[in-house]
Parts: sequence; structure tokens; C-alpha cells
Amino acid sequence: MRYVDKTVIGLTIAFLVLLALNFVLAEWMRFIGLQSLARGAVALGLLVLWRSGLVSFGHALYFGFGAYTTVMLSLAGFTDAFVLVFAATVMSGLLAFVLGFLLRRYRAIFFALLNMAFSMILYGVVVKSEALGSTDGFGVHKPTFLGYAPEGEAVQTTLFLFALVFTYIITVATHIYLHTTLGSMSMAVRENEIRVEYLGYSAEKVIHLKYVFSGLVAGFGGGIMALAVGHVDPDSMANWTVSGEFVFITILSGTGSVAATYIGALVFELIRTYAFEYAPHIWQFILGGSLLAIIMFLPDGIWSLVKRVRKVEA
Amino acid sequence: MNVILEVNDLQKTFGAVVAAKDINVTISEHETIGVIGANGAGKTTFVNMVTGYMKPTAGQIKFLGQDILGLQPRDITCRGISRSFQVPQVFMSETVFENLLMAYAIFEDTGLDMLKPIMSEERTARVDDHLNRYQIADYRNAIASTLPQGVRKLLDIAMAAVRSPKLLMLDEPTSGISVEEKFPLMDIIMDALKQENTTVLFIEHDMEIVERYVARVLAFYQGEVVCDAPTEEAMVDEKVRKFVIGEEYHRTRIERVAEDSADA
Repeated sequence: MRYVDKTVIGLTIAFLVLLALNFVLAEWMRFIGLQSLARGAVALGLLVLWRSGLVSFGHALYFGFGAYTTVMLSLAGFTDAFVLVFAATVMSGLLAFVLGFLLRRYRAIFFALLNMAFSMILYGVVVKSEALGSTDGFGVHKPTFLGYAPEGEAVQTTLFLFALVFTYIITVATHIYLHTTLGSMSMAVRENEIRVEYLGYSAEKVIHLKYVFSGLVAGFGGGIMALAVGHVDPDSMANWTVSGEFVFITILSGTGSVAATYIGALVFELIRTYAFEYAPHIWQFILGGSLLAIIMFLPDGIWSLVKRVRKVEA
Repeated sequence: MNVILEVNDLQKTFGAVVAAKDINVTISEHETIGVIGANGAGKTTFVNMVTGYMKPTAGQIKFLGQDILGLQPRDITCRGISRSFQVPQVFMSETVFENLLMAYAIFEDTGLDMLKPIMSEERTARVDDHLNRYQIADYRNAIASTLPQGVRKLLDIAMAAVRSPKLLMLDEPTSGISVEEKFPLMDIIMDALKQENTTVLFIEHDMEIVERYVARVLAFYQGEVVCDAPTEEAMVDEKVRKFVIGEEYHRTRIERVAEDSADA
């Protein structure tokens, strides 16, 4: 099998372990797990952009758009998680497709900030609009799963299972994609767009395709997050600080592996949770300090630790 | 011989500066053409216009009978005109092998094939063949940014040649190369391209290179083609001597041979 390598095997093992853990984890741990899966999925899209030499300071746009798609559909009477998350993914992907026609022409800081500008438009629209819940947001109705309507803790266990299966599929697919011609072209557009053009392909088209991908997975993450939290509001779903968290996670993870984004998301979630719990007055300071430490000591992210260990073994 | 490129009345102005004026050039299959001219004479502008990097102010460019004016570089590349660069345009942080692998992948995979793994045994073999043809196999796993200039030039040209283009335009293939390395480098390039029957046009400042490898010369001066003739004729052409190679500085091999035989 040409598609199965160490990373796929590793992801599969992690998937099975988490599947088993789902039945023994405490509720708060499962909640952290769900959030990590959602944020990790967004970071997966940022990883693909990052490899193409692009950083976005505005992916809360697609995350928030996915979350709001989910909550609006939920309020409209759709309860099936498959429908809600699928719609969140597709709608965010569509939005990325449309905005991509403009964004594919920008690079570096212009790309990063234009993304942020668009995300703040969504934020502004939501905050000003009563129909979209304004600053209070909306609660999401309890989801059903293909007719199965769990109650109590079973809601969360089922949701975790649901999120895990889809995250696993998306992550393995992304890993395989990174080794295809189109996936490898991230390197090409990052390194030399002129050469790409003169080899016979449009660098902007490559970037557009990758941008749509990042929109799709961010929408997926937003949908999962909406269901996990059960509430959608602009400050925790669409504000620029949320975009910053995704960039934080990407730096934390490094671009070495698709698996790293989830580890990065989990570490981020843990630092934040514990910092907030034990040092409520300086938790942001701790978060910032840990980012600083990562940049100084592990500039290639957490994943470079794995590489170091492998090097020592070799 | 079949005409492949036809350029008519090409003009390019940047404000008041005339970069190209009344350029009329016809190139036939399997020709080897040298483009000479002082800095700023319009040589690279000419290549940039033909390959779609720059849009001419006026004129017509036909390739294989079809109008290619206004097409993007990538479209023109797909139609069969490739180019190399004076400053090599490669993927600097990747290995020589990965550079060529990407070149092959972009050439060979279109549409949904782009979602196939980039590496395959067959493609690896093709890349290694190509590395051998351009004699850079020794540098297969070296990062492009660490390569000696000559090797990086070869890599740049090798990447341009991956598509087996009908017409290959080389922008100063020997610039930045030491005198001793120039001929071996050109030998490698011309041998490799001959195998593919590629029509070659290259920009060159070194008249010894021009005399050795080129059958026809285009001499540029202030945006105009002042001479389009077989190499022997061009080297003794009055305008070429005056505007391009200098009246005193260079003497052609033909003259030298003539003098040598007169001495003997």
C-alpha cells in the first residue's frame, strides 16, 4: 500500500486509543478533547497555508462562519449533527472559494491582514445584528445523530465519537494529500512562484485551492465547536483573538506533521485551562510566555521534539 | 524548414524609454540562435515579451501559426516555449532532485492526476535520467542554495527543458561562470538539447561562445535588431562591430584564421 506510512499508522493508533478512552474519560477531559479536535482541524488548514508560505490572521472568519451556520440551522430545526457539520464545512468552503479570488493575489503581511479584515467584517455584522444574536449569541439545540437522540452524558460521548471519526478521516486524507503533486506544490509556490509559472502552472490557482481547503476544515472545526460548547457567540467564535489562537496553535505545533496540529491544540487547551484555573489574573501572561518559550527553544514547534528523538535513535 | 516563431513589428515602451522597436524576427525549427547586444539593448525584454512575462505595446507574436500575444507565461510554456533565467529561478531550499521532481510533476500531472503521489518509481527514473543528461547527478541530494553557480545554472536550464520544449530561450546561460567553466557548461547544455532536437535561442555576451555554438546572430541595439545574419557575417558586420562588440576590442576567429594563414 503506497498510502500507508508511519504517520498514517500513528494516526490510526491514536484514533483507536481515543476511541477507547472515550468511554472512560471524565466529562471535562472529553470536553477539552473535543475542543482540541475542533481547533486542531482549523490549524490543519493553517498548516497547509503555512507550508505555502502564507499566514492568515483571520481564520476565525471560517471557524465562526461554520459555527454560525451550525447554530442558525439548529435554530431552524435541523438537529442532525451530520447535516449541521456538513453544512458548516461546505458553507465555509464556499466563502473561502469566493474570497479566494481576491486573496490569492496577496502575499505575506497583506494576505494575513486582509484575512483579518474580512473576519472582522463578519464579527461586526454579527455584533450589530439582533437577528444573528448580537453579542449574546445563541444556544445550540441538542444534536441528534442519524435519528439517534442521546440524552445526558451520552450526547457528549456520541459527539466525541462523531468528531473523532471525521477528524481522523480528514487528517489522514490531508496527510496523503501533502504527498501528492498538488500537495507538494505548497513548497513550489512558497519557494518560487516565477518558476511555477514557467513550469506551466498558475501559482495563484494553487494558493486558491489551498485556501479553499483551509476554509473547509476551519468550517468543520467551527461546526464541531458549536456542538461541543452548545453556544455560539461572536467573541469566542469570530473575534480576531480566536484567529490569533489558531496562529498560536500552528506555531506551537510546527508544520512538520498533520498529527502535530492536534497535539498543539491540546497543549494550548491545557495551558489555557490550567493557567486560568491556577492564575486567573495572569493567565494571558502565562500563555504569552509559553509562546515565547516555544519560539525561542523550539522554533519548529512541538513536532521538532519528535524529530530530535528520532535523530538520537538513528 | 518550418517556421515556429514569427514576431512582427514588436514595440515596447516604458514611458519615454523605448525598450523594443520594430522587431521582426522569424525562427525556424532546429535553429540555434545567439542574441547579442550591450546591457539595456532589449535582449531580455525581447525574451520577456515572447514568453508572456511582459506585454508588448504593439506588434504580433505567432508561435506555431497561432497568436500567443497576451497569453500568460504558463500558457505559453504549455504551448512549447520554455525559458531559463539570468539569475537561476529554482526552489532554493530543496534538493536538486526535488527541484526536478517538481518540474516533472507539474509537466506530467494535470487535472485530477495532481492528486496522485508526486513520487513514483517511473518518475524517479526519469528525473535521474535527466540529471545524468545535464551531468548534475553528483549534486542530486544537495540543497539548491548551496550549489556552485554553474551547477545552479544547469539546474535552472534542466528544469526549463523538462517539457521538451519546441523553443528554449536561455537568458545568459554563462553569466557569472568562470572563463574555464564556460565551454564545458555550454557543451553539456547544447549536447543535451541536441538530443531533443530543441530550437535554442540564447542571450550571450561572450563572442567566443557565440562563434562556437551559434549559426545565426540577432544583434540588439537600443531596442532594435540591427543585424540578423549568419554568425560569420554578423561578426564582421559594421553595425555589430560598432554597437555591440566594439571595433577594436574583439577580432573574430575568421580574421584570426585568415591572419594566421597569411603569416604561414
